[in-house]
Amino acid sequence: MSETPDEPPAGGDGEGPTSVPLTAEQAGAFPGARRPDRRRRVDSSGVGISVVEWGDADAPPLLFAHGGFDFAETLNVVAPMLAEDGWRVVSWDQRGHGDSDHAELYSWHADTRDAAAVVHSTTDRAIPWIGHSKGGVLTMQLSEVLPHRVSHLINLDGLPSRRFVPDVAEQRNAMMSEAALGWLNHRATLEGKQRRPGTIEGLAKRRARMNIRMSPEWLQYLVTVGAREDADGWRWKIDPTLRMGGLGPWRPEWSMARLPGLGVPFLGVLGLQIEEMGWGTRPGDVEAYLPPGARFEQLDGIGHFVHNEAPGWWPT
Amino acid sequence: MSHFTSPRHTTMLRHGRNDLALHRLVDGEGPSLLLLHGLGEATPAEPPPSVAGAWRGPIYGLDFTGHGASSIPRGGGYTSETLVADADAALRHVGSAVLMGRGLGAYVAMILAGLRTEEVPGVVLADGPGIAGGGTEPGSPSIVAPAQMWEGTPDPWALAELATDVRPQDYAQAFARFILTAHPGRHPLWVCAHVRPPWLEAVVDEAGVLEGSIADALTDLERSLA
Repeated sequence: MSETPDEPPAGGDGEGPTSVPLTAEQAGAFPGARRPDRRRRVDSSGVGISVVEWGDADAPPLLFAHGGFDFAETLNVVAPMLAEDGWRVVSWDQRGHGDSDHAELYSWHADTRDAAAVVHSTTDRAIPWIGHSKGGVLTMQLSEVLPHRVSHLINLDGLPSRRFVPDVAEQRNAMMSEAALGWLNHRATLEGKQRRPGTIEGLAKRRARMNIRMSPEWLQYLVTVGAREDADGWRWKIDPTLRMGGLGPWRPEWSMARLPGLGVPFLGVLGLQIEEMGWGTRPGDVEAYLPPGARFEQLDGIGHFVHNEAPGWWPT
Repeated sequence: MSHFTSPRHTTMLRHGRNDLALHRLVDGEGPSLLLLHGLGEATPAEPPPSVAGAWRGPIYGLDFTGHGASSIPRGGGYTSETLVADADAALRHVGSAVLMGRGLGAYVAMILAGLRTEEVPGVVLADGPGIAGGGTEPGSPSIVAPAQMWEGTPDPWALAELATDVRPQDYAQAFARFILTAHPGRHPLWVCAHVRPPWLEAVVDEAGVLEGSIADALTDLERSLA
């Protein structure tokens, strides 16, 4: 079996040989964090999707879509806060993420279909939707696909721009070729691939590269809810065949073009601290696309993971 | 050089969580040719006469995921890019090959040829199902969920999802340029398709792309590689 090549060699993540590893009990408590109140499974054309809920089962539902390489329990602080405000917060692990099935294939079509299966299993009415990052892009598309199921839309730093894309065609093509080859080479080594095991601290340090503004305590907590403990250590549950970036013609403006036609109240939230996991979007990149009556908040000193960095910030 | 047909031999390649059927249709001496079928098709029992008569090396055919004798994934998730990875798996098995694609297979062949320029010395783009794709930019989005009207291949999910595959002109053009710049002094990219959706028109517009019959293309490519 091979391990994911994008992870550092053993020891490279600062796991000292003499350190005493944290236990799940020690790392598994974080101020304000609460694991979901209910769990269920939805079948999406043969792929099992893990759905979780916080709050009173009879409260009005809202749907919360996580970002790429996250999972539903990254909402363990913000979702209970919304539940306290009287909502039944429903989220799900996208295919290949968290406790959902690892699929044979992944695509935008499939993610859209899975999300529709979750909303169909939750309600037959229009409800508020929140999406972070990729989840924000997904919910913008779903608002056009299923307008009869969306009453309000909140997008948390899921407003893509071309800021990271070079203007010069040659540079753009070189970047595309490099990303595509990286993806193709990754696809060539999928057989038997699994995540590299480690301690709670080690996995948290790896994740810190994607969550550069998050505290070690939060990342260590995430390990206890987003990884599994095997005989040889902890492993993130996310499908090791998944890889960020890759091959394909997707363009940020295709997603932003969904915005002007939205027929429901919209709140867009942009964290102004640039992070690699975001798109580097600036307010001017968004303003031209906002639908009439939209509210647009820019959070100074906050990065891409706005709901984790500032879970207490919330529109009234 | 000898040239003879042999009974079709199939090798199953494990690729991720899918099994791909790679058929050796013809033995021979010289460069290999890998055929990539169109959307909903499968590798033919034997090469079409226009191919067999013009190519003296070994001829292979790949069944894409969800097609022919390859496995069917649960719940779809197809993209052209996953088929490019399928063809890449076949290419690793064969070693090096000229690619000839029909329809959707032509688009896949061109992308792979642009990325694996050392292993793919030439590519031929021919008419076939799925050549148009889903246009140059996304249309109105929908939930793609086909009726399951039959068991087995072609997978209805593949037919539904791959028919809406978006193919911008400049994206296709970039891969054409990768191919052309990697093989100076030769004509590595032939367009034999009569149907020219925008992505293929953009490819044909690139200086150095040749147009002609399949026989002309294969004969020229084989000669240039001799």
